[in-house]
Amino acid sequence: MLTAIRRFFECRGVIEVQTPLLMPCTVTEPMIDSIEVPGYGWLQVSPEYPMKRLLAAGSGAIYQLGPVFRDGERGRWHNPEFTLLEWYRPGFDDRALMAELADLVNELLGTVDYHDQAYGALVPATLEGDAADLAYADACSRLSGRVFVTHFPKSQASLAQLHADGETAARFELIVDGIEIANGYLETGNPDELLARFEADNRRRRTLGKRELVIDQEFLSAMAAGIPKVSGVAVGVDRLFMLQQRLAHMDAALTFRI
Amino acid sequence: MAVYSTNEFKNGLKVMLEGDPCSILENEYVKPGKGQAFNRVKFRNLKTGRVWERTFKSGDQLPGADVLEAEMEYLYCDGEFYHFMKTDGSFEQVAASEDLVSDAKDWLKEQDKFQVTLWNDQPISVTAPNFVELQVTVCEPGIKGDTATGATKPATLTTGATVRVPLFVNEGDVLRIDTRTREYMSRVK
Repeated sequence: MLTAIRRFFECRGVIEVQTPLLMPCTVTEPMIDSIEVPGYGWLQVSPEYPMKRLLAAGSGAIYQLGPVFRDGERGRWHNPEFTLLEWYRPGFDDRALMAELADLVNELLGTVDYHDQAYGALVPATLEGDAADLAYADACSRLSGRVFVTHFPKSQASLAQLHADGETAARFELIVDGIEIANGYLETGNPDELLARFEADNRRRRTLGKRELVIDQEFLSAMAAGIPKVSGVAVGVDRLFMLQQRLAHMDAALTFRI
Repeated sequence: MAVYSTNEFKNGLKVMLEGDPCSILENEYVKPGKGQAFNRVKFRNLKTGRVWERTFKSGDQLPGADVLEAEMEYLYCDGEFYHFMKTDGSFEQVAASEDLVSDAKDWLKEQDKFQVTLWNDQPISVTAPNFVELQVTVCEPGIKGDTATGATKPATLTTGATVRVPLFVNEGDVLRIDTRTREYMSRVK
């Protein structure tokens, strides 16, 4: 599977990069916990920030395939260390990137049709916070086939641009047979907006009794220098492998368990 | 009593849920990439046997339940309560009401051993062994040689239970019975 992925990007002229796994800052996402390495910083939960710094430096289309770490995530579809594929396509909007993601998944799992589903059709607008997350998890687990969930609400925009309606974000997730496989955005490069979202993350972390995190200024200054219009997506490779090989548990997809 | 967090929930762990002792059957970790993590947990209520499904936020806690599975010997029924004694040499006895033994009642023979679930030292369920050996007290006389037709007749056992047995079985025979299916297995010499 790793070879097939690398061949896919080689054919399309996307360059493989390798950014550090250990960096001084980590994401502020309130529901993602990083593993701290005392004296050094944090194991990265995704290569998103350093890859966007490369984009700001003019890298062009890039991909990265390697391990990432998330504290406390363990279960049938989770492991604290897992393999993430992430790629960025300057000039692509979210639709164009969804089409490329479908091409890749077709190559790995066989070709089928894809369907779109708006987030609002899965989760009642009256729900928010944890109740919305739970409703979303339940709704996704009932989706069969390959479904792109789109039009996430502004509150879940993460690092995506907002649509012209100002209420929904150009963020998508790919759900395959009820399992979340990928999450992508038409990226926002606006440093003021990003700073506001990071500060909101930290406020949320505080109310959850979690530690507030240092905001990554190098990332923000790279965004201030400007990134091209770009879409990016992150794909859970172990899950794809589980689906391809019909494995019932993540443990069976790993070489060794932690 | 210990308190257990969702990440310590393992199959077979006994916890208190909504006032009842329960055993964990299944614990699935569910987390949308950027959302709250949950644990979807299936429990067996040890008092009723019913399966309950509940969803918790990861990190939520439940108190442990003081539940013990003990092998106990059936002693006697005093008309209201069924008395059992531990086989671990302690000679400790417990009395179970009729509704707790209802599933095992057809197979209760003195000195046979049963699985008794104790919660805070009180019995909450009694399970018969998978196989018991019981004597036939009443049945029609046996038909010699009829071992092949597969025809059956009712037979009453010493415990009062009625089971279907092959035609060759006689009163006084000791039979091996599968308590899960109520099926006759064999004669015991």
